[in-house]
Amino acid sequence: MNKKLNTRYMGLELRSPIVVSACPLSASIDNIAHMEDAGAGAVVLFSLFEEQIRKETELLEEVTGATTDTFAEAADFFPSVDAYELGSTRYLELIHNAKQRVDIPVIASLNGTSPAGWIDYAKQMEQAGADGIELNIFFIPADPGVSGVEVERRYLQIVHQVAETVAVPVAMKINPYLSATGHVASEMVQLGARALVLFNRLYQPDFDIERLHISNDLKLSEPNEIRLPMMWIAALYGRIGASLAATTGVQGGKEVIKYLLAGADVVMTASSLYKHGIEHLRTMHREVEDWMDRKQFDSVEGFRGILSQQNISDTSGFERANYIRILEQAKVTA
Amino acid sequence: MKDTPNNAVILDGNEATAYVAYRVNEVCAIYPITPSSPMAELADEWSAQGLRNIWGNVPEVIEMQSEGGAAGTVHGALQSGALTTTFTASQGLMLMLPNMYKIAGELTCAVFHVAARSLAAQALSIFGDHSDVMAARTTGFALLASSSVQEAHDLALIAQTATLRARIPFVHFFDGFRTSHEINKIQLLSDAQIRAMIDDDLVHAHRRRALSPDRPFVRGTAQNPDVYFQARETVNPFYAATPDIVQDAMDRFASLTGRSYQLFSYHGAADAERVIVIMGSGAETVRETVDVLQAAGEKVGVLQVRLYRPFATEKFVAALPKTVRKIAVLDRTKEPGAAGEPLYQDVVSSVFDACSDKRLTTLPQVIGGRYGLSSKEFTPGMVRGVLDELSKAQPKRSFTIGIRDDVTDSSLEYDPEFLPDESKLTQALFFGLGSDGTVGANKNSIKIIGENTDLHTQAYFVYDSKKAGAITISHLRFGPQHIAKPYLVQKADFIACHQYAFTARMDMLSHAREGATFLLNCPHEAAQAWASLPRPVQQALISKRMRFFVIDAAAVARSSGMGRRINTIMQACFFALSGVLPREAAIAGIKQAIEKTYARKGAALVQQNFAAVDAALSHLHEVPVPATATSTRELPAAVPAEAPEFVRRVTARMMMGLGDEIAVSELPVDGTYPSATTRWEKRNISDRIPVWDEAICVQCGNCSFVCPHSVIRAKFYHQAHLAAAPDAFKSAPINARGFPETRYSLQVYAEDCTGCDLCVEACPVIDPEDHSRKAINMAPKDLELAGSRKNVAFFEALPVNDRTTVDFSRVQGAQFLEPLFEFSGACAGCGETPYVRLLSQLFGDRLLVANATGCSSIYGGNLPTTPWAVNQDGRGPAWSNSLFEDNAEFGLGMRISVDQQTTIAHELLRRLEAELGNELVNDLVEAPQVLESEIGDQRERVARLKVALLELGDKPAARSLLSVADNLVRRSVWLVGGDGWAYDIGSAGLDHVLASGRDVNVLVLDTEVYSNTGGQMSKATPTAAAAKFASAGKRVGKKDLAMQAISYGNVYVAQIAMGANPQQTLLALREAEAYPGPSLVLAYSHCIAHGIDMTKGLDQQKLAVASAYWPLIRYNPVLREAGSNPFVLDSPRPSIKLKDYAYRELRYKVLTQTRPEQARELLALAQEIVDLRWRNYEEMARHGAEGFQPMTRRNKSERGAP
Repeated sequence: MNKKLNTRYMGLELRSPIVVSACPLSASIDNIAHMEDAGAGAVVLFSLFEEQIRKETELLEEVTGATTDTFAEAADFFPSVDAYELGSTRYLELIHNAKQRVDIPVIASLNGTSPAGWIDYAKQMEQAGADGIELNIFFIPADPGVSGVEVERRYLQIVHQVAETVAVPVAMKINPYLSATGHVASEMVQLGARALVLFNRLYQPDFDIERLHISNDLKLSEPNEIRLPMMWIAALYGRIGASLAATTGVQGGKEVIKYLLAGADVVMTASSLYKHGIEHLRTMHREVEDWMDRKQFDSVEGFRGILSQQNISDTSGFERANYIRILEQAKVTA
Repeated sequence: MKDTPNNAVILDGNEATAYVAYRVNEVCAIYPITPSSPMAELADEWSAQGLRNIWGNVPEVIEMQSEGGAAGTVHGALQSGALTTTFTASQGLMLMLPNMYKIAGELTCAVFHVAARSLAAQALSIFGDHSDVMAARTTGFALLASSSVQEAHDLALIAQTATLRARIPFVHFFDGFRTSHEINKIQLLSDAQIRAMIDDDLVHAHRRRALSPDRPFVRGTAQNPDVYFQARETVNPFYAATPDIVQDAMDRFASLTGRSYQLFSYHGAADAERVIVIMGSGAETVRETVDVLQAAGEKVGVLQVRLYRPFATEKFVAALPKTVRKIAVLDRTKEPGAAGEPLYQDVVSSVFDACSDKRLTTLPQVIGGRYGLSSKEFTPGMVRGVLDELSKAQPKRSFTIGIRDDVTDSSLEYDPEFLPDESKLTQALFFGLGSDGTVGANKNSIKIIGENTDLHTQAYFVYDSKKAGAITISHLRFGPQHIAKPYLVQKADFIACHQYAFTARMDMLSHAREGATFLLNCPHEAAQAWASLPRPVQQALISKRMRFFVIDAAAVARSSGMGRRINTIMQACFFALSGVLPREAAIAGIKQAIEKTYARKGAALVQQNFAAVDAALSHLHEVPVPATATSTRELPAAVPAEAPEFVRRVTARMMMGLGDEIAVSELPVDGTYPSATTRWEKRNISDRIPVWDEAICVQCGNCSFVCPHSVIRAKFYHQAHLAAAPDAFKSAPINARGFPETRYSLQVYAEDCTGCDLCVEACPVIDPEDHSRKAINMAPKDLELAGSRKNVAFFEALPVNDRTTVDFSRVQGAQFLEPLFEFSGACAGCGETPYVRLLSQLFGDRLLVANATGCSSIYGGNLPTTPWAVNQDGRGPAWSNSLFEDNAEFGLGMRISVDQQTTIAHELLRRLEAELGNELVNDLVEAPQVLESEIGDQRERVARLKVALLELGDKPAARSLLSVADNLVRRSVWLVGGDGWAYDIGSAGLDHVLASGRDVNVLVLDTEVYSNTGGQMSKATPTAAAAKFASAGKRVGKKDLAMQAISYGNVYVAQIAMGANPQQTLLALREAEAYPGPSLVLAYSHCIAHGIDMTKGLDQQKLAVASAYWPLIRYNPVLREAGSNPFVLDSPRPSIKLKDYAYRELRYKVLTQTRPEQARELLALAQEIVDLRWRNYEEMARHGAEGFQPMTRRNKSERGAP
């Protein structure tokens, strides 16, 4: 891999700004090795969901509890329950094994629900050898009684508690629906976040109108979704004292370049690997490198953030007036 | 290598035995059978973990299709040089007998470890006695008996040591349950000690004797009259040498461990005149009692027999004190018709010989008695009773102890209150439900105390025989000395009741010692707790000067996020109150145990449990016990006054836990019990019941169709009946056309409901006003109960719907058929019983059931109450269980017998045609009996026939015809059992019966695993699922029993899943029954052994079908005969992948946790298998008739054979 792609992310040295974002592909150690081979700068492992562990544990408790020592003929119904590796064990093993197998940084992703869960699992991930921890807060404040301030407080508490607990860098994956993204982002950094990942795609179910059911299909992100995160990266670049990771909508080199131009330190993708396979990382790198050749950039640093709000003299493209102008144009063309 | 205290471990007898057996063997071939199964399971678990034996090898453990198969494999492995063992009991040992003769006849070194258990005679019993090992005493195996957990551990090794030198194979046995399941603190043998007991030269010699093409010979010849006899006598020197070899091994063992054993151990007064001879756990009780009596100056002693075969008569006599005048030999078995039980006879001949040989100067008087059959308690009081009998001038020559035999007057009187001094012990009793974790928590407590202190511990657990709502009683003892008391706690210092409802149901305090503590999990405030107790409980608390504590454990559990799990909370209270350990140390111990158990499952869970422990202590309150009882509430009668006499007199006492008091004369002589007794046992085990919403119900019948306990019933009736209805009785206009003025009622039998939710799951209606509600919804029971009793009584009094007016072919119609299988003890939400109930509804009044041993024989036939019922005419299913392995043959026997008696009836009808009239006779012989109305007509003709026959008086042909006339109504013979029977142990028999062409119907309740014995793999276990003996996931495919049967061409075959397609289930069962040849119906039965939320069992059935894992098929030879395709695929094409079904079940899911790579590989394989089978089935469904095996036309002379 060409050295000119080097980047730094949450204090880690990466050989490439293209990072695999948290997704089930990283559940396999072979896939992680393949990602390294194909050029990934780092891998964010799939998320450890606290409630999933809890649910599995509870099911096991429920099922084994309700069936153990209940009847003279059968003390239990399953082989050696004690040996079941529930909860975090397998995840921690994956971190450990990935660290043995690959040289690129391995970042664990944690999706907690309880204060004890966040702290405990983050600690375990660090001990297992994770180079960093990405906190993936999945919280839809559907309750109308919950205010924006409360939501933000929850985010800030989590990042503070985890950053205080572990020595490895902590990244915060946030969603775009916080009321004042820039302000919250700065506070997160002040409380210990070394990186912000923009943005988390919240679960958006569809409806099956024939079966009158909610359909739970996985919808991969599309390139046209990059604009929102790109805008915020461009806005935050150079202003908050932490790394920025862009995620959502990355299908090829083009989106990587755009995000880097906006100021991202790394660009994350999972959808493209689902669509095209892990080998697609090579294509993306080639596309970035070809573009850099054409544009005569020697390094990522040479063009990172040049289209950020901070670096362009005419910021109107990002602002309200530009929006009005676009709408007016649309009226004319309609 | 001397024994050191730090070798102390807490184990039960099974584990203590398996621990040694695993380390000194290379191959283990087994078959699960209670109570020995845990030994095999542990061996398998250790093997899967790669644990090595003393030679550094990992023993191979293989589960076979039967004990016969296991014994064959053991024999083969031994003959080929591997050190091989097996674990078994009872019927299992019986199946091994033929091989045991071979193994012994060939002088082969091996040890079989047996958790000795009763044999099925008038009834099956899973509990302990020596009937099985005594039946094996003629095989040539040596029999070595252990009396305790420690002995089982030690003698397992001594047996192995001895067999290698003696070349005689050994049965090492100990008492099923009493020793196999008792938890005790023992000294564990180190690997070095085990190693030192095994002589490798002898192991090598064993291998040298093995079959090998490098030094060929033949073994297993057939011999003629000329040499067989002499050859049989060649082994004598080996038997003669064995006792000394065993004693040498015992002596060597003593030098290594300090624990000394003898072939015959005498304990007691050196000048004893009265001596009891006994083997097994009872010896400990006798020893304890002898100590007490000897201290009181009585000249008594006990001789414990360890090596029973070969019986070393001279050593036996030598072990007796010379002063002995009277001997009572106690046998834990029965040999009807014999001069005495086996041990008695050995003792008699030994002392007689000794006297003849002048080794004894006077011949002692020997009496023999039976005790402890089927784990009947054997207490110090009984021992004293026996010794007192010996004091009499004319003691009973043959007696029983522990029962009241008022028929042959064999039983001895004894003082049940007699007990040795127990002041140094703390004894505790815990009453709980199987599902509330009481037993688990107590096992945990025993470990905490046993492992963290020098205290000795003992635990034994008693379960009732129901699977849903089973009551458990834990008997725990703690003390400074080794605890050798193999009987239940008689006087408890601490009694805990984990279920408040028990206070109104049973007498828990009768075993309380004066000044004992009673802890009650009580939903009431402490201030109201006293008033809430029934009078007898109050009275016991007062008269025994007890302390009374309460805690609302359910509330504490809820508030600390533990849901319904109260066990940790109650455990904390026990430690706080019992004083077995200092409170702080005890709580620290519990927390340590919690951390150990839950650490890997998440910090939150650990914290939750910690919080529950802390909250427990702050919510524990002492309730002052006043001087007088204030309650007027008595314990209710177990059964109502209108129950049948036998139920009131006998069954009710069993239900109340007073079965030990029932006298011999009160029980049937031949194992025959009345049907329909579960209806008298209102167990009230669920606090939630379904409530019918008549306003929105569409009367589809789905809820009653799926109800596993037959508690949802429907009737239609003329509206005039409602005039007398209770206020709360619900009804709705029937929604079928053509029934004016007719009402419909759905009645929930609230007191029999297990709260499984399946009815709610099956209900297709959504309440338009509240989408979370259906036409049947769960609600708290106490709000409904009062009205429910009256409603049920009224509903029962409504006329039963006439079967001939009901549309059998639709689920909606089937709900009106009276279930003749009701309120069984099956698990809540059982996947099997809805099929069984449906059988009873469809064919119940002419149904003969042969039931293989297994879950269905336990919930179908375990006393005290049984679910097979009778209709208003007194007709109903006739049910019997023979064995596990023979059920197909047993059922075929029924068929042949019925056919034979029908033929006899036909012949007699023709003979009496002149008297009976040509038309009646012709109709009786020829009339079709397919439709319900036709069967009704035949019943009416048989009734007329009987009247006519009675009028013919004493005419022999008439009397003979009368005795077989009932067979003229077509009988429906069903062979019911689980997959363990059909796929494994009974497979060959089933195959033969299907091939017989006879009109039998087979219903396989396929849970895909041995459910009754605890989840062992069967050949029905699917690929990729984990089970015991397939902990790494089943690697081979499930046997396609349907296709095997289809290959015969003349077998009706169906594969059904009620949850996926109830209509197809109904159709298949009816077609199978109507088909006049063999029928095989494979019924998908979800099960707790699948690791599912049982309320979602029906959903799992749907997914099993949707994924094509369980295709719904019907193969009907009648169609083939008519030139159509007989193979009908009733399933739609697969709409989901296997994983979407499988990974909702722990049995599959667990593999993704333990072995993710294997899980992926196996699931892919399983999916491939599913895909392939679906393609094959689809192709078959497109064939013409000629694509299938042709069948011969039915020939009437073949009596029902197609």
